[in-house]
This record gives sequence, C-alpha cells and structure tokens, in this order.
Amino acid sequence: MTQSEQESGASATSMTLEPLIVLDGVNKWFGDLHVLRDINLTVGKGEVVVVIGPSGSGKSTLCRAINRLETIDQGSITLDGRALPQEGKALAALRAEVGMVFQSFNLFSHKTILENVTLGPIKVRGRSRVEAEKRGRALLDRVGVAHQADKYPAQLSGGQQQRVAIARALAMEPKAMLFDEPTSALDPEMIKEVLDVMVDLAERGMTMIVVTHEMGFARTAGNRVVFMADGAIVEENTPAQFFTNPESDRAKDFLGKILKH
Amino acid sequence: MQDVFNQFDLVLKAFWLTIQLFLLSGVCSLLLGVLLAGMRVGPVSVLRGAAAVYVTVIRNTPLLMIFIFVFVAAPRLDVNFDFLTKGVIALTIYTSAFVCEAIRSGINSVPLGQAEAARSIGLTFIGSMREVILPQAFRATMPPLASVLIALLKNTSVGAAFGLLEATARMRFFTNNNADDRMLIFLTFAAGYVVLVELLSFGASRLERKWRVAVR
Repeated sequence: MTQSEQESGASATSMTLEPLIVLDGVNKWFGDLHVLRDINLTVGKGEVVVVIGPSGSGKSTLCRAINRLETIDQGSITLDGRALPQEGKALAALRAEVGMVFQSFNLFSHKTILENVTLGPIKVRGRSRVEAEKRGRALLDRVGVAHQADKYPAQLSGGQQQRVAIARALAMEPKAMLFDEPTSALDPEMIKEVLDVMVDLAERGMTMIVVTHEMGFARTAGNRVVFMADGAIVEENTPAQFFTNPESDRAKDFLGKILKH
Repeated sequence: MQDVFNQFDLVLKAFWLTIQLFLLSGVCSLLLGVLLAGMRVGPVSVLRGAAAVYVTVIRNTPLLMIFIFVFVAAPRLDVNFDFLTKGVIALTIYTSAFVCEAIRSGINSVPLGQAEAARSIGLTFIGSMREVILPQAFRATMPPLASVLIALLKNTSVGAAFGLLEATARMRFFTNNNADDRMLIFLTFAAGYVVLVELLSFGASRLERKWRVAVR
C-alpha cells in the first residue's frame, strides 16, 4: 500500500462511519493543572481507537471522562447522539451502555467470578438469574476462564482476572468498550492472553477506545492511533502511518524512546 | 444471697429486659447508622452535612444527657412513649452515631476501584452501596462494630436510672435489701454481663472469620 492510499483509508474510516462517541471542545483542570486541552475526538461505530502518549499526558483522564468517572469543566461528550447526563439514574443507565476495563481489574472481591459477571445483568438489566448465569458462563468460556466460575477473584492470576473484567463489561452488552491501560499491571507472560481477547473483540466489530502502551496491539487491531501529550491530542493517524512516519516532534521523540529497546 | 436464688426468676426477667433493650436498640442503631454512613459518603452535600452534624453533636454528648432528654425533656414537648421505647430511642440516638463512624471507616477501607467498577456497570449510588461497597465494608467494620455493640450492651444499664427494671436496676434492689451479701450479688450480676458480652464477641469473631474465608 502506498502512503497516500493509507492516508485516504484513514480519513475514510472516520468519515463514513456513523459517529458513536463525540468529544467536542473538552477541557479539564485539576486545580492549576490543565489535564485535558480542547479535546475534539469522534469515534465511529465499530472503530478501534488506540490512545497512546507519555504518562501524565491525560490519556487515562480522557478515557475515564467518557463514562463520567471524571467530570469535565468545559465542552461536551455525547454517546450515540445523547449528551452525558449529570448524575443519578440517567447517568447510571448511560454507564451501563459503555463497558469499562481498568488497569487494576477491580473485580468485586466479595463475589465469585460468575457473580461478578451476572451482577450487572441481574441488578441493572433486570435479567433472571438463570438467564444471566447462562450468558455469563458463555462469556467466561469465550474469554477462557469458564472453569474458574466458582472461585473468588483473589484466587485467579492477573491475566485471568482481567479477562473476567472484560467478560463482566461484555455481559452488559455495551455499545462501546473503554480500556484504561488494561495490560499495564500484568506480568509479561499474561499480557498476550488479554490482548488476544481484545483483538477478538475488535474483530467482532466492537467500538473500542484503548489506552495502552502495547504498540503491537495498536498495529494489529487499531483503526486509528491518537497520540496525546500534555493534555492535548497532538497527532491522529492510521497505526501504520503513525509508527513508521510520525509527523510531530513529540510523537517522534516518544516513539524513539519506547521503540529503541 | 438466699434472697437472690429464691427470686432467681426476677434476675432472669431483669436480664431479659437488658437483652431486649440491647437487641431492639442494636437493630435500630445498625439501620440508622448505615443510613447516616450512606449520607456521609453520598453525593448529596446537604445530607453529608446533616449527618456530619448529627455525629459530631451526639458523639460529644454524654449518654446520660440523651436519656434525660428523651425521658424528661421530650415528654414536656408532648413527645412521649412507654419506658422500653424511650430507652430504645435514647440508646439508638447515641449508638447510631458510633455505628455510623465504624461503618464509614469500613467504607473508606474499600478500594475506590470497587466503587468505580460498580458505577461503570450501571449501578446507581444506592445499588453500588448495597451490592458492592457495604458487603465489603461490613467485613472491615466487624471489629470496631463489635466494640460499639459491646458498649451498647453495657450502656443499657443507664436505663436503671430511668425506671427500666433491667439487670443493673434489679441488682440495686437486691443489694439494698441484702446489705451483707453486696459483694456476692454484685459478682452474680457482673457474671451475667460477662456471659452476655462473651456471647456477643464470640458471634462477632465467628462472623469475622467466616467473611474473611469468603474473600480468600
């Protein structure tokens, strides 16, 4: 593929896809620290957007702002055409539509693996226990931890816990999934098993925003790379284009640091 | 001492009232304490402030003063109930503030990520409290909560000064009538309290162990 074909391919994806998540002029401050600067980002249905950047660049905050675990000070965030509600039931309903996977897994430590996956469907979606457990077991099987269903989170390895966390989010049948550094807390040999699940998810057409340092994942599964530095989006491009031919100095500098070893 | 054993049914009846006072105000204090703790960690600032004021005022007031308020001052304002109810109200007002703080410390011991995960699967504040935070908070709360409940069990004795014929009041009757056996009568009743408190701590440590096994 030539360079110009790749570029037109990139713009085509973001143009033709129906927008699902739209951030418009988003700003956020932590005291004097400007953590999100004029963020404009549109994520289309079925698109996989990988957010990378040095630590402290605001990429996690961006990810968390999309289901309002972080509030924003200016701008708007819409999901499927609806603005994020302020608080209460409407916000809870919106969060049910967006799956979230955390760096530290955050499985409910007092509940079994199966209960972790069925809690949302039963309590939020009002499914019957039988139905939720059937679907829950199917999801656990899909992420490869079906045989651990009756254990507690502390009895599982990090990689297994993170796969359960993905299954827990999928059990809500979300419109989009947010991943906040999903492999950063894992031992190297467990990273692949989690990434495999995520690649599979991307191939099935899930809309995903993935904050990660896994450049391999960005190349294989990402439709677009968003590079952030100092709270701003510095560069957006296809993975191939971004990794081989970054435009901004910040991106060149960042890639130089992480890819040289 | 003969007197005590001849009328042992009176001793049992007195301890039964102690147990009733304890159980009723224990349940009420737990309910009110959980509600207050929920208010204190909740998203509504007015409720947060109200609960904080309640805890500050009540925790810094002697129990005796609260009894005087419920038994002497409140009836003047046409707020009156039977003796047992008034005892339960006074003990509940006092104990719920301590329960609130014990549970709040338990809630604070639950990692923030648990609440974030609960919210991100679409649970409301109340839903995430009930399903995720409180079950874990109670586990960490058990040791301080047991201390609060033990204090409550012994605090029921303040009712003796307000016409509640519970164990301490009954002991006073016996010691007044049998001055020679004071020490023995005192030890008998003290033993009764020790047995009750030991039962309570045994139950608490069983719960603590059971819940700890469940996480590992």
